Amino acid sequence: MFDALSEKLQATLSDVRARGTLTEADINAAMREIRLALLEADVNFRVVKRFTSTVKERALGEEVIGQLNPGQQVVKIVAEELTTLMGGESERAEFASRPPTVILMAGLQGSGKTTATAKLARFLKAEHGSSVALAACDVYRPAAVDQLVKVGGQVGAEVYEQGTDRDPVDIARWALDRAKMDGKDVLIVDTSGRLHVDEALMAELVKIRDATKPTTTLLVVDAMTGQDAVNVAEQFAQAVAFDGVVMSKLDGDARGGAALSVKAVTGKPILFASTGEKLDQFERFHPDRMSQRILGMGDVMSFIERAESQIDADEAQALERKLRRNEFTLDDFLGQMKTMRRMGPLTSLLGMIPGFQDQQLKNLKVDESDLDRLEAIILSMTPEERRRPELIKGSRRLRIARGSGTTVQAVNQLVKQFSQMQKMMKQMTKGKMPDMAALMRGGR
Amino acid sequence: MPREWTDLFVLPDGEAPPANAGGEEQEGGRGRGRFFRRLRENLSKTRQALGAEIQATLFETVDEATWERLEEALIMADVGASTTAKVVAQLEQEARDGGLEGGEALSARLTELLAGIARTESPVRIDLSPKPTVIMAVGVNGTGKTTTIGKLAWHLRRELGRTVILGAADTFRAAAVEQLQGWAQRAGCEIVTGREGADPGSVAFEAVRRGREQGADVVIIDTAGRLHTQDHLMDELTKIRRVIGKQLDAAPHETLLTVDATTGQNGLRQAKLFSRAVPVDGVVLTKLDGTAKGGIALAIAGELGIPVKLIGVGEALEDLRPFDADDFARALIAP
Ligand SMILES: Nc1nc2c(ncn2[C@@H]2O[C@H](COP(=O)(O)OP(=O)(O)OP(=O)(O)O)[C@@H](O)[C@H]2O)c(=O)[nH]1
Ligand SMILES: [Mg+2]
Repeated sequence: MFDALSEKLQATLSDVRARGTLTEADINAAMREIRLALLEADVNFRVVKRFTSTVKERALGEEVIGQLNPGQQVVKIVAEELTTLMGGESERAEFASRPPTVILMAGLQGSGKTTATAKLARFLKAEHGSSVALAACDVYRPAAVDQLVKVGGQVGAEVYEQGTDRDPVDIARWALDRAKMDGKDVLIVDTSGRLHVDEALMAELVKIRDATKPTTTLLVVDAMTGQDAVNVAEQFAQAVAFDGVVMSKLDGDARGGAALSVKAVTGKPILFASTGEKLDQFERFHPDRMSQRILGMGDVMSFIERAESQIDADEAQALERKLRRNEFTLDDFLGQMKTMRRMGPLTSLLGMIPGFQDQQLKNLKVDESDLDRLEAIILSMTPEERRRPELIKGSRRLRIARGSGTTVQAVNQLVKQFSQMQKMMKQMTKGKMPDMAALMRGGR
Repeated sequence: MPREWTDLFVLPDGEAPPANAGGEEQEGGRGRGRFFRRLRENLSKTRQALGAEIQATLFETVDEATWERLEEALIMADVGASTTAKVVAQLEQEARDGGLEGGEALSARLTELLAGIARTESPVRIDLSPKPTVIMAVGVNGTGKTTTIGKLAWHLRRELGRTVILGAADTFRAAAVEQLQGWAQRAGCEIVTGREGADPGSVAFEAVRRGREQGADVVIIDTAGRLHTQDHLMDELTKIRRVIGKQLDAAPHETLLTVDATTGQNGLRQAKLFSRAVPVDGVVLTKLDGTAKGGIALAIAGELGIPVKLIGVGEALEDLRPFDADDFARALIAP
């Protein structure tokens, strides 16, 4: 389904090429396909309507030129307009000039606030070295406080809680005082999930906001949300004028059209993406990638760009020489792995390659934690061992396993895998860059 | 279509629901006045969510724009493009052929068409004759499994006089066990738990064992929320199901998938992949007390034949209702 739009557009517009220009009828046919694709991706109906009329206007005037066929041309216009709407650059959350920076989390029930709260704490600690405290203001859902205490503990953030008998507004105020007293850099306020139409609870949220005067208010939105996303976003914007959005559950296969809807109706940027149940699966949001995801076009451009900027040309040549002479060591392997990882999580990287989505990606299952393990193992080896892995036997193996917090079996497996890789490389006659993903898969 | 609890559940032969079914609350703590107020609030919420009248402006005039308005209404309700196209095309055809005159006839036929899709071939009623009947709740993170279980346990006890045991097989999410414990307390039923991180299958197994031992009528198993794209977690569900079957033949008898009414087109993928891992007997459509219409449930019923059995209309014990296809159809196109 993912590349369906490009294909359909190319089919719809296949006979246009000879004519050289797109007629209104061509465009209308194309717009129908685009409209359907966006609706299937859960972009709000009204947002879709506005969007297609913008695209139509632009496409009508356009000449069919150069390398692109008319289908591709329309895709390009769509992609550009989508990026304009979604926003190009990722934006950053703000910090207060005088600490603590207060971040207020809001959203519907089940949208993922508590998890996002802990993840954000971890993220801020890692990125900015901030000391973070969490305020437990969800006194309604059974065991919500317990949950925050647990996940807070896991990310090393202190949790300010007063059980469930006090008013959440009072708890928020008290937590802010404590954060000041404790000299925390950041206080993240977790609130209960509430419906945007629940007047009493929305009024309570406003009170919490007034009591804590947050530097940033974040709305947590489930990536699977449908047409209702605009209602939710509009109502929350009206009540608490949130500053940005966290998209949760983006690790699923939802196209995430809600991101576009929310941005379109409120103008607020999506700041973070929550991409898994593990607390480190949280990252800055990239609007450009999102627009590609919504339409299901592999993000070819940004893949190429990122790959280019990360793999230095000289480095690549040196590597090629080494490969040819069979001098590729575990150090090089580590370097390669790091390069790949700088470019983003492996699976999301692969997901950017067109035609590589869905099924294949699922079968691939490159586990990031596997890579973590490999990295740890190699880092626990001496330089000599990295050059000559055949040395790794007996007590060395045990030392490396201990040092990397893994097992002797894991060390063995890596060494075996690496020697297989070297063999494969020898067989490579073209002297091209090895397909790292395939190699790593091969050893599993 | 069930409107009452006694319609939704098939009781063991010869058993009648208790005389107090649907009546006054017996437990201490909450007074009679408060209970009736809650009931009133709850009913009005349900009405808002489901009993709404059809959008008056929809069929004011019948022309090209009518079909577009209808299309918009259904799409905005998350029914999805393909089901919407089917329904609108059929209604338009019937209108052209001259069988339907005027707004009233059109809206009546439209509700009929929509309700027809919601009414699947699969049985809608939940059979409580196996003893114990084992019900398993599955679904994506945060869709409302645990809350639904709490409410369901309470209703089974209150409306049908069943004894219920809960099994806390979400051993993964932080404080999930404590959350279900909270509900067990509210619903007044027993709960079987394991440590956090324990094998969910063994907790489920133990809950069913305990249910048999104590002669409970119903055992409800909570499972951890999971994305349908996580293969290993889907396999885990299959395994939990198998383990339950080892303790009691043919169990679980009923697997319910919770679907959040705010979910868009991804809901169809959820239903498809969950039912590949465990046969899903019915959908619980939660959070219908918001502004979302839950139209994806129509697509799920239409394309996969999985019926909606229950709806969630709030966070309190009372806020669970048997699904009614006609009400649902009307609400889909309500303003
Ligand atoms: N408004 C409303 N909220 C609901 C309804 N059902 C559940 N919720 C809320 O949705 C949130 C998530 O519900 P849970 O029951 O914890 O969902 P779950 O599927 O068990 O979640 P995980 O176990 O974390 O995957 C809670 O805040 C519930 O109170 C409903 O029908 N209406
Ligand atoms: Mg749960």
